[in-house]
Amino acid sequence: MGVIKMDNVLSNIKKDYIVNLLKQGKREDGRGFDDYRQIELETGVASKADGSALVKLGTNQVMAGVKLKLGEPFSDVPASGVLMTNTELRPLASPTFEKGPPSEDSVEVSRVVDRGIRESNCIDLDKLCIEEGEKVWMVFVDIHALDYRGNLFDAASLACIAALLNTSIPKIEDDRVIYGEVTKNKLPIIEKPVETTYAKIGSDIILDPSLEEELVMDSRLTIATTEKGEICAMQKGGNGTFSQDEILEAISKSIIKGKELRTYL
Amino acid sequence: MKKIGQPKKFIVKGKRLDGRKPDEMREVKIKAGVLERPDGSAYLEWGGNKVLAACYGPREVHPRHLSMSHKALLRCTYNMAPFSVNDRKRPGPDRRSTEISKVTRQALEPVVLTNLFPKTAIDVFIEILQANAGTRCTGITAASVAIADAGIPMKDLIPACAAGKVGGEIVLDMFDVEDNYGEADLPISIMPKTGDVSLLQMDGNFTEEEFKKALNLAINGCKEIHKVQVNALKEKYGGN
Repeated sequence: MGVIKMDNVLSNIKKDYIVNLLKQGKREDGRGFDDYRQIELETGVASKADGSALVKLGTNQVMAGVKLKLGEPFSDVPASGVLMTNTELRPLASPTFEKGPPSEDSVEVSRVVDRGIRESNCIDLDKLCIEEGEKVWMVFVDIHALDYRGNLFDAASLACIAALLNTSIPKIEDDRVIYGEVTKNKLPIIEKPVETTYAKIGSDIILDPSLEEELVMDSRLTIATTEKGEICAMQKGGNGTFSQDEILEAISKSIIKGKELRTYL
Repeated sequence: MKKIGQPKKFIVKGKRLDGRKPDEMREVKIKAGVLERPDGSAYLEWGGNKVLAACYGPREVHPRHLSMSHKALLRCTYNMAPFSVNDRKRPGPDRRSTEISKVTRQALEPVVLTNLFPKTAIDVFIEILQANAGTRCTGITAASVAIADAGIPMKDLIPACAAGKVGGEIVLDMFDVEDNYGEADLPISIMPKTGDVSLLQMDGNFTEEEFKKALNLAINGCKEIHKVQVNALKEKYGGN
């Protein structure tokens, strides 16, 4: 419609304000550089889903739902279940989200969260095989942004792992899934990967950027860590760069922060 | 997880399955200015990869509402030819290529002086004609030569290279078997003048120590690639 989307733009006064505050070692909302906003996590929020969770990072809200379906395995891993991660950035959650096919940003969230789950071998996919090469459980993890206030990655990945931990396997009768009748079997989860995101603004690096901080940031670094303290996925975003030292420091910090995040699960 | 076709060993007597040492790169060749229509172009062969990159611009922005009053709009499109991989790739964009296009743009953005060309677009197209692991790195490497060939001012060239872990060892520049069955992949790109990292992705599993080693190896790889990029431009334009 050709309307300028002002919500994607921050005034220079506000930009300068955020940058100057950081130079004094402060953030707009009073947090320290390595602090998360208040984290709230609720599971079992959608009863038709096989598992679900709602995460609030301050006022940033993301919901994740898990649905299981019977399907065919991939031909190169015939004895393993299938994982699919998808993100919906619906226009309800932000004036900058548009309806229509998935945007570049939503694809990136899906793929980065997916890598964290997949590469940590979080779900024991081998246990989801029903008949080798024929029938396996397909795990669909759907991320739904509800109120976008910055740092989708961390909120989405935390919601996803919480929803997976909340997932019960539905009953099968005559090759059909009887939804609503869950078995006592939980989804086999053997690792809890969590993602921590840092934003670089000038020479300062801050954890869990708010929406305003994201609009000012030069670059972003998301790091997924496991309970063992290993790194299982990373993604740099934004138009700027990171020095090697900055990357290594962010990794050390994210391993510690990951432990903190896991206490909410 | 049981994967069909997984080799039992990746490194035998210090040599990788394709005969290289762990820190050895595949052969890289770059030629600048290979296409007639684009303003700048580059052709790259890297191991079994064959890649074309083209740059158009600065030119008018379509659709016009995307144009910016303070800088040029940089757009990158990464595309794989359907015949570039073993299983035919369905033509058109998918989630993977959408993400790679985005990280490619963000890898190049720090060096292109977009502020010199407000209200214009600089479009970069990367076509993977033959793929053998590490295509996003080959794409970024070729694209930055194509942008330079188009005469667009840049602070630096952007070389990209991946390191990873196979059979428990940190190796440089994986080829397809290592890429498919290896334990970790870390593609990066750098600005050679400062050593700052403009592309960084990683999947698999690394300890902190292993990551450090892989990052160093990949950065050294980028520096080697940088020399090839410079030579390609010298070959076309002369100079030192």
